[in-house]
Amino acid sequence: MSEAVSALAGARFEGAAVVADTGPRGMITVRGDLSDAKLVKAVTGAAGVAMPGQREARVEGAKGLLWMSPDELMVLLPYEEAPAAAEKIAKALAGSHHLVANVSDARAVFAVTGAAAREVLAKLTPADLHVSAFGPGQVRRSRFAQVAAAFWMTNETDFELFCFRSQAVYMFDLLSAAARKGAGVGYF
Amino acid sequence: MLILHCPYCGVDADETELAAGGEAHLKRFGPGSSDEEFEGYLFGRENPRGVHLERWRHAHGCGKWFHAARCTATLEVFGTYSAQVTEPPAEIREAITAKRPGWSWREFS
Ligand SMILES: [Zn+2]
Repeated sequence: MSEAVSALAGARFEGAAVVADTGPRGMITVRGDLSDAKLVKAVTGAAGVAMPGQREARVEGAKGLLWMSPDELMVLLPYEEAPAAAEKIAKALAGSHHLVANVSDARAVFAVTGAAAREVLAKLTPADLHVSAFGPGQVRRSRFAQVAAAFWMTNETDFELFCFRSQAVYMFDLLSAAARKGAGVGYF
Repeated sequence: MLILHCPYCGVDADETELAAGGEAHLKRFGPGSSDEEFEGYLFGRENPRGVHLERWRHAHGCGKWFHAARCTATLEVFGTYSAQVTEPPAEIREAITAKRPGWSWREFS
């Protein structure tokens, strides 16, 4: 098996906030009936966290579940575990209408950390990022300038986000420009 | 700037997160229909100054289609509703009536 590398091989930018490629990440798209007990058991078993409700992110360490739409979840887990986990989830859902896809190699994941992280993201997305509107435990799909992305918070200040792998350079440049020292707006 | 509430993910989505899908509640006329019916289905569209019913998709979000009732003149939004209906639900019609008494749109009022 070939060695897996993330899109930007750990690229890092340090400014008012730190923007970093977080390396390969296991990601499984699961679509189906989210109220189906079989599906709930399969995905919570794979991620080791509770089932998320609407727009909730349940992430603990490398594992987690993101609510992507009324019939779609993203399962996060260590890169190496994704193929076997996807197979196991698919097996558990056999016979019911569903889709399970290991999309680990089709996505790029970035961490935006530091006190200015919230402002960096807010410059690029139309999503409401006021502290009263978005915080840890939530996930939001939106756009960053011209590309789609989903993001969540790993603590009170830091964010993680992913986009399509083919757009990784665009996203990294975008975030880095917004995170340059002296480019603060001071809104939050 | 238009902000529409997505009934599927619950987000108040900025217009730039959405894709416009044109007029709502089109009735499809396919094989077996008259030329007039087919032409109307393909090309006949409402273009009101005022109350309008439209389809939108939360493209840069949950990806779902939904319906919206709004005023094309003022951009006032009367409400958004499920894509899984063939006509505007009662609460949407009432919300429009409260703001635009006597409105009508195709066969709805
Ligand atoms: Zn939505």
